[in-house]
Amino acid sequence: MQALLANFDALWSGFLTTLAMSVAAAIVATVLGTVLAAFRVSPIPPLRAFGAIYVQLVRNTPLTAVFFLVIFGLPAVDVTFQSFFIAAVVALSVYTAAFVCEVIRSGINSVSAGQAEAARAIGLTFGQSLREVVLPQAFRTVVPPLGNLWIALVKNSAIAGGAFAVADLTQLAANLARDNPAEVLGVFGGIALAYMVITVPSGIAVGIIERRTAILR
Amino acid sequence: MSASVLFDDLGPRGRRNVRLGSVVGGLLVLSLIALGLQRMAVNGQLEADRWAILFDPRTGVPQSLGRALIATLQAAGVAMVLATALGAVLAFGRLSDHAVLRVPVSVVVEFFRAVPLVILILFLFLGARPVLGLDLSRFWTLVLGLTLYNMAVLCEIIRAGILSIDRGQSEAAYAIGLRKSQVLVFILLPQAVRRMLPALVSQLVVLLKDTSLGFIIAYPELLQRAGDNINFFGSRYSLQLYLAAAAIYIVVNFLLSTVAQWLERRVNSSGRIAAGKAPLAGANEDQTLSAVQADRG
Repeated sequence: MQALLANFDALWSGFLTTLAMSVAAAIVATVLGTVLAAFRVSPIPPLRAFGAIYVQLVRNTPLTAVFFLVIFGLPAVDVTFQSFFIAAVVALSVYTAAFVCEVIRSGINSVSAGQAEAARAIGLTFGQSLREVVLPQAFRTVVPPLGNLWIALVKNSAIAGGAFAVADLTQLAANLARDNPAEVLGVFGGIALAYMVITVPSGIAVGIIERRTAILR
Repeated sequence: MSASVLFDDLGPRGRRNVRLGSVVGGLLVLSLIALGLQRMAVNGQLEADRWAILFDPRTGVPQSLGRALIATLQAAGVAMVLATALGAVLAFGRLSDHAVLRVPVSVVVEFFRAVPLVILILFLFLGARPVLGLDLSRFWTLVLGLTLYNMAVLCEIIRAGILSIDRGQSEAAYAIGLRKSQVLVFILLPQAVRRMLPALVSQLVVLLKDTSLGFIIAYPELLQRAGDNINFFGSRYSLQLYLAAAAIYIVVNFLLSTVAQWLERRVNSSGRIAAGKAPLAGANEDQTLSAVQADRG
């Protein structure tokens, strides 16, 4: 722990980097995943196929491989990112979006058919019934799985620091442990606690939101 | 179609709109693919020799990727067995009636679930010798990290599976005089396994994917080997080699998922067949049980 406390500034900035990376990726992944889910339930076959193939491919690819492809593969086709941080956010978003898509799709399918039928009966279009009736209900049922995805995302972001030059909590842990071999346990214990500072309250918050937004069926 | 929540069978105008949408959507998807290929072509990524390296045995690349696949499967296989066994033991511990057992097991499970796997692997890599006094090879470092994390997750899956079994099942088992351990092993577990199979397998796919973290500690799994080959042959092959490594992971995971679906169908259908053959033991029993419960409730 001494090593961590002596480098409190680095710990704080690593914590903020982990948090910022996760939040940015969560926002992008939610937007992208929602669009993909809309593709997957749309009546248009090519878009459905695109959504299904995207999910199948990305879900079965290790996140590490996504990182490698974004950081070393994309520059080969002239797509480069200004920093490793942005590349990490891209990799995390692309990966998590596939899972968000599946969660939202199952949420949409869990909305009872009568809701959508009623929406159509009063003359709403596909887009309107999706936006005004189905998705608001779907989002509520998907709060717990989305919360779990957010927690998994925070933990997954550790790859960015463990393998690539993003100065997050994990990289700090590796550096401090190499410099202070006698304090490996304290360093990793402290860093694990720092991750829990994000994940444990998130888990509690998810539980509260879940209870607040629960709908009677 | 599963998406039928959202729309009825379409009328003539709807069908026309869908046709129009299909053309536009199809063009959109095709242009996306075309853009990707064009970017690759402009940068010479489609040249035959860049891809030939993956298939030409004289370069040694296919062999090294094959060995990497075996190393990946070895680590994943050992970790899968260990994590499932330990996960089951921990699940029994968490379901125990004795707080002496339940509380510490819960703490262990919650801790390993909350820590990023990368942190666990790095800790074992850097700290196994100075802290734990263990001399772990890269293989065991990776396997141990994967096992510790996944046993906690599998514990929760198994526990949820056991808890999801109708209370009447264990009550009936106690009523005919089975002991706690017998109820668990003979009554609850067989039913729970069927129910949790999908979640179990998707976690095992996650475990298989996570073996790729072995590259952090230079365990010769697929991505590490792909990187080694790129160091050797030059970065002009980086896209191809990383794509190949990703493709192998996708194929293996896809096969694992397919086997799981097949297994799930088999397990479920054999249950139905048994029920069909002996109606008294199957559907009717459920009704009798619920009648008993209704009586009591």
